Amino acid sequence: MPAPRVLAAAAAAAVAAVALAGCVPNNPVGARLSVAVSDDSCVVSEATAAAGNITFSIENTGTDVNEFEIFAEDRLRIVGEKENVTPGQTIDYVVQLQPGTYYTACKFQQIGAPIGVAAFTVTGETVAVAADDQARIDLAVANYVAYVKSQTEQLLPAVEAFAADYAAGYDDAARAAFALARSYYERIEPTAEAFGDLDPKIDYREVDAVAEGLDWTGFHRIEKDLWPPAADGVNSDGQSAWLDWAPSTAAERQAFADGLVADVQELYDLVHDPDFAVGIADISNGAIGLLDEVSAGKITGEEDWWSHTDLADFAANVDGAWVAFGVVKDIAASKGEDGQALVADIEAEFDGLRTLLAGYGDFESGFTPYDEVTDAQRQGLSDAVNALAEPLSQLTHTVLGIAE
Amino acid sequence: MTEDPEATPADSVPPRDGISRRGLLGLLGAGAAGLAVGAGAGAGIAIAAGAAATGASGDRATTSYPFHGEHQAGILTPVQDRLHFAAFDLAAGATRADLVELLQDWSAAAAAMTRGLPIGDGALGALTRPPDDTGEALDLPASGLTITFGFGPTLFDHPEHGDRFGIRDRRPALLAPLPRFAGDALDPARGGGDLCIQACADDPQVAVHAIRDLSRIAFGRAPLRWSQLGFGRTSSTSTAQVTARNLMGFKDGTRNLKSEDPATAAAVWVQAGDDPAAAWLAGGSYLVARRIRMLVESWDRAQLGEQETIFGRDKGEGAPLSGGSEFTEPDFDEVAANGEPVIALDAHIRLASPEHNAGAAILRRGYNFVDGNDELGRLDAGLFFIAFQRSPEQFIRVQRALATDLLNEYIKHVGSGIWAVPPGASVGGYVGETLFE
Repeated sequence: MPAPRVLAAAAAAAVAAVALAGCVPNNPVGARLSVAVSDDSCVVSEATAAAGNITFSIENTGTDVNEFEIFAEDRLRIVGEKENVTPGQTIDYVVQLQPGTYYTACKFQQIGAPIGVAAFTVTGETVAVAADDQARIDLAVANYVAYVKSQTEQLLPAVEAFAADYAAGYDDAARAAFALARSYYERIEPTAEAFGDLDPKIDYREVDAVAEGLDWTGFHRIEKDLWPPAADGVNSDGQSAWLDWAPSTAAERQAFADGLVADVQELYDLVHDPDFAVGIADISNGAIGLLDEVSAGKITGEEDWWSHTDLADFAANVDGAWVAFGVVKDIAASKGEDGQALVADIEAEFDGLRTLLAGYGDFESGFTPYDEVTDAQRQGLSDAVNALAEPLSQLTHTVLGIAE
Repeated sequence: MTEDPEATPADSVPPRDGISRRGLLGLLGAGAAGLAVGAGAGAGIAIAAGAAATGASGDRATTSYPFHGEHQAGILTPVQDRLHFAAFDLAAGATRADLVELLQDWSAAAAAMTRGLPIGDGALGALTRPPDDTGEALDLPASGLTITFGFGPTLFDHPEHGDRFGIRDRRPALLAPLPRFAGDALDPARGGGDLCIQACADDPQVAVHAIRDLSRIAFGRAPLRWSQLGFGRTSSTSTAQVTARNLMGFKDGTRNLKSEDPATAAAVWVQAGDDPAAAWLAGGSYLVARRIRMLVESWDRAQLGEQETIFGRDKGEGAPLSGGSEFTEPDFDEVAANGEPVIALDAHIRLASPEHNAGAAILRRGYNFVDGNDELGRLDAGLFFIAFQRSPEQFIRVQRALATDLLNEYIKHVGSGIWAVPPGASVGGYVGETLFE
């Protein structure tokens, strides 16, 4: 690893609207690029820049509010974003980027899929990152919050479309949209679970809801209507699939569809609340929590009992763990040789698991139905999860080793 | 049909076995049937009788607990180290007489084995027939063996066979399949059963011997439905016992009901008048068994602090997080400097506590198990939970409270059963006799 080159701090010069804590406002030597934003395009003046503090001069020529985002190479993790760029506004946004491959994009009306996704290459040598732990932590938290928000911004419209198809009886379309709509949720599941009563409404399986005496709603309620059980079907707790269940009427479908949209809207609102915050340990614990989700439910096929789309949830959970790790790994790597070794271990095991999963499909074309995955293949997946989870479970301790 | 087992002082002469001719059919040579039963002679008995008589020494291996008495043994008995639990279904064509005879045969065999004696004509004898007793406990002392019998809901009213034994009207009102609980992932092949037998001993071979020979006696009348081995008790039922650890590494059962506590009897034994239709159950109890799979691979990755938060106790001493030592009463009201309860609101010991459940307490008698591994290469490990209580409502209340237990992330219930445990057999009687009078 090349030695970090320390950039001298220059005299203070006010730069407007620094959104992320890791941004360094003073950058006498950094690149300056322009971003032309409209409702349906997002063009950065150069596709490459030198490492360091890079200034993006963002101009919104569109008709409504927009957002500029910079994703890591995985296209999931957000390393920088500028929200609330209003029509007619031009604003400077400064972010410090290390050498590597990134993707730039915009998000019209700050919701939905990113628009105008384009590769952006940062060249040169690694620059010194913020010197103290608190600055690193602030940056990690800001990036993780940005990521959670970005997932809900894709979740909400995906769920609206899915729910509308289901309510209207377009079951083929709804079945096709089910796994992808869920993926935005599964990527941020620990965050959603932190809101207490939302996860039970959105993502409880029938057996959980019945056992806790809750009204069964959400994704899995809809799933069972879309993939109705056979006459002799059995639920994951060994009970008859038809015990206290019947296919939903049109009115019930509308109610379940509306309920899911409302609950997802609430989740969206909660994470977009200015007071929404996560702790640094929540992030690294969320990484291992997501893998536990995989171990407990997805690996056994109990999560998506009727649709057998477990591998999509599996992959989304792994994505979420990957992002959580990604935003704290610089902190872990700053904890000496042990920290660097741990990061290297985790990265190697992530590579193995993600490569293995890629052999079963992707979100665009779909994954192998889990009832077609053999026991031997399931064991291979389980082994890879265990191999990753062991070093990943050490991450929080390393990240929090600040005061040691 | 049945030999009349005469009253036999527990520690004098070897008992007469009293196993029915049918029970030993196939165990005995045809010519010897009936005559040989109860003769009580043979080398095996002589060896074992010597062992049984030494129980007073306090050596656990030679401890023996009387089979007969007001209550069945194996409930308030200090928990032994090993378990073999088995559930049976009556054969399709079984009659009331078959059932009574089976219970008589089982009682006779249990009375012998709990004294450290082999069943029937012993494990040795004529070279021209297979011995009555399978023999693997031949040189072993009683080892604290207790054998406890229970009657499942399907014995009284079977979904296919109905009231085939004429006892539906004596079914205890509370003896019904358990409701669904959070975390249930039940495998029907690991739950239920018309009858159950809990065999506990301090030597695993003695416990296995008991179930094996009782299964053999039942061949043709009540085939084995499922069985479970347990090693390592996870509870103590006596203040004289050290609290053992479960497979999560935590002391389990610190606050369990103890036989020395005068209030325990009222929490465990069905009292006269509890259920007028089932007066026969007075002096008995209800047994709930749950095969609880632990996701130990995930658990082992949980931070120590999280593990302790989940249980509400420290891992080393077993002290409640509110302070003190293991047997210090937890202070559920203590609040930390950050305003959060010291023992989390969803901590296992809070949700399971009598304080949280209107005083409902259960006598736990569970065992650790590891049955190899599953198809994913994970240990098939966990807790075979057994609880005795005066009313199933006690268990149901506690288990419902555990719906939000932080521990649920790491466990799933894969097997379940409930049985009414009749009172103890009198000398000369048999287990369940009060039901068929």
